Amino acid sequence: MYINIKQITAVVLLCVTAVSCSKEITERTKTTAALNPANIDIDAGTWKPVLLTAPNEFAVAAPGAASGPGYTAEINEIKSYQKSITGAQKERLNYWGAGAVLRWNEIMRGLVAKYNLPPFQNPDGTYPVPDANNPFNNPQFPFANPPYASRAYAYVSAAQYDALVAAWHYKKLYNRLAPYKINNTITTLLPQTDLPSYPSEDAVVVGVMIEMLKLFFPGEQAAIQQLATEHKNARIMAGMNVRSDIEAGEALGRLVAQKFVTRARGDRAGAAVGNAALWQQMETQTAATGETPWISMESPKRPPMLPLFGRVRTWLFDSLTMVTSIRPGPPPSTKSEKFKQEVAEVLHYSKNATREQLATVHYWADGLATHTPPGHWNAIAADDFIGQRFSEVRWARNMALLNMSMMDAAIACWDAKFFYFNPRPSQVNPEIKTWTGLPNFPSYTSGHSTFSGAAATILGRIIPSRKTAYENMAKEASLSRLYGAIHYRSDCEEGLKCGNVIGGYAISRANLDGAN
Amino acid sequence: MKLTIKTVWIMLLCVAAKYSSAQTDLDAIMMEKNAFCVGPGYSYSSWKEYWEGTKKRENLNLGTVSTQMFAVMGNYGVSNKLNVLFNVPYVVTKASAGTLRGQRGMQDLSLMLKYRAINKKVFNNRIALIGMLGGSIPLSNYTADLLPLSIGLQSKTAMARLMLDYYYDNKWFATASATYVYRSNVTLDRDSYYTDQFILSNEVNMPNATSYNIRAGYRTQWIIAEAVLNNWTTKGGFDITQNNMPFISNRMNATSLGANFKFVFRNTPQLSLTGGASQVIAGRNMGQSFNVNGAVFYVFDLNKKEKKNKQGTN
Repeated sequence: MYINIKQITAVVLLCVTAVSCSKEITERTKTTAALNPANIDIDAGTWKPVLLTAPNEFAVAAPGAASGPGYTAEINEIKSYQKSITGAQKERLNYWGAGAVLRWNEIMRGLVAKYNLPPFQNPDGTYPVPDANNPFNNPQFPFANPPYASRAYAYVSAAQYDALVAAWHYKKLYNRLAPYKINNTITTLLPQTDLPSYPSEDAVVVGVMIEMLKLFFPGEQAAIQQLATEHKNARIMAGMNVRSDIEAGEALGRLVAQKFVTRARGDRAGAAVGNAALWQQMETQTAATGETPWISMESPKRPPMLPLFGRVRTWLFDSLTMVTSIRPGPPPSTKSEKFKQEVAEVLHYSKNATREQLATVHYWADGLATHTPPGHWNAIAADDFIGQRFSEVRWARNMALLNMSMMDAAIACWDAKFFYFNPRPSQVNPEIKTWTGLPNFPSYTSGHSTFSGAAATILGRIIPSRKTAYENMAKEASLSRLYGAIHYRSDCEEGLKCGNVIGGYAISRANLDGAN
Repeated sequence: MKLTIKTVWIMLLCVAAKYSSAQTDLDAIMMEKNAFCVGPGYSYSSWKEYWEGTKKRENLNLGTVSTQMFAVMGNYGVSNKLNVLFNVPYVVTKASAGTLRGQRGMQDLSLMLKYRAINKKVFNNRIALIGMLGGSIPLSNYTADLLPLSIGLQSKTAMARLMLDYYYDNKWFATASATYVYRSNVTLDRDSYYTDQFILSNEVNMPNATSYNIRAGYRTQWIIAEAVLNNWTTKGGFDITQNNMPFISNRMNATSLGANFKFVFRNTPQLSLTGGASQVIAGRNMGQSFNVNGAVFYVFDLNKKEKKNKQGTN
């Protein structure tokens, strides 16, 4: 019998290989070790807050005496939990042990990804606007697009930072020791530290999240409450805090968060959607200058994404500075030779992008149903911060610097986009087909480039050994939009520069906040 | 950038391309020992409406999504009972509206062993039981993460099939088969993704799938005319959320109905033409595609060669 041994072997090997592979996925940070800070930053109560006027702006009452009966009862609560702790509880306890700022940042990125979906059109071809007062309606609230996400990340991070600065102030002031230092029969399931435990830093973060996420993801209250309860209990079960540490921390976190909620309600983001008259006016104004105005390439035509986001209140500089020192100069005129050359370059990538360039396009695409470009930079930062063994307060400070700079980047970029209102490559040359989704707003400057320029600059300040790596990532993120055939080179280069300038403002703040 | 879309789902397309040709992995026809049937095939499939979860809709930013497949298919008779089949497809996708660029490239090589365990004559009837083992592997590093325009899913697959064939009076037949498909995880060019939860990994867990196929009609040495019902169901996966892009691990289901013909030339019996068409009639997270296909096959008899070899070695 004539048998093609090679073919048969190939098929059999294929089957065996495929079946033997495990399909379980290990997420990057699933097995991250418990947070064990290299430095507890005992003086962080003196660091400069973002909104708080002073670290003791909100009072935290002195804790009860460790010798009292109340404290004994709290110690017994830990013991009773530990007596019957299950494997699943231990697994969750280790999850939260990796760090409060880290885990809630990951949860936030997940919420952004879940809500990053544009509304579906009405039967008449118009689009409904998500309504914060009816989050469960169609369309769901929010549409967590990149500017929205940048704002959510920034407020949450800044509020965590301020609340933790306040917490550190009271920790040092009251100096209540951790339960395992007071009572040596307590077992600890996470690394011990010399940090005073009242109020609990984990609970501070939980309190901030509960309040802030009511504002940003009002449809998620039940899920957030459940996570919050689990997180707080994990700290008690692990023997790291007593109940009163937790309660004081959560109360403080909530109070500080309220201050940020108040700022958010007045930061003009609520009006960023604009209205039909305004959208028309932007088009008419640009046409009047002789340039080609942007039009939506979607069917039916979708209103531009948050055209007034450029007027939202910034963190690191004022609105005058933005217009005079940060807004990029005009893009090449749509009638110029340079513009023609740039269109030709986009057409080239539209037809000839290499597989490697396409991998870059997809790696940085961060489009629908993702954590958006600001979320991507949060992921990059978080993955790197893990190795730095920061204290919770330093984690929060660094995340706040990163996210405030990216929200300001969004504001500056959207200001430029709607000030110049210039068309996408696919609009001026229909031959230009894109390798990724075409964003529904004007081209100049590139949002990815601006976010990335800002993020890379401040991250290079936070972890100097990674400075060049961050700069290269930012360049790659920026060029990915040209390879994807959705941006001209000027959009990418000017966006990156603008982001770098904004990152510089974050560095100035970092140099003066007392954390160095 | 809301390309809410649904997939032509490529595996169905492969299957559709193979419907038509006799001596495929979905029919009960076996090649004789040392016969090698090979030929080029073409299929075109397109859809305008798709199912977003269970809701049927269209997307004006895609218009009509079409997929063309150019393939070389073959079947070699290791023995009268054991055949080896292969398929090498090149795929081109296109959307008639919107800005997204269609993709093109070599898709997945599939290989299959087909073993006829039972072939029993009872009066005027003949009953055959056939078992198959096979799999597929991507032939190029195409991007899977751009549905519905990606040319494939990048998953390596392994599959097992059981097929029962009933043949009456040397003219009429009915064939039914059930297939289980194992699909390997896929690695994307990104750092995280959202299914019905947020996953901090570039690796995607692909649901396995089952497939059922029923075909019946008229079959002789010279002509075949058959009707085909096909069902594909993924075991898990999630629905596309409103106005979202499709994702490779979506719960993709489809049922299609079609017809195939085969014609063998009397003066050149090695040469045959096949053709067919099918329509998806029900689905979930899939395009409602219509498919037409055709192929030319030529059978080489390698027996002489073997005899020569035998003589040489004797």
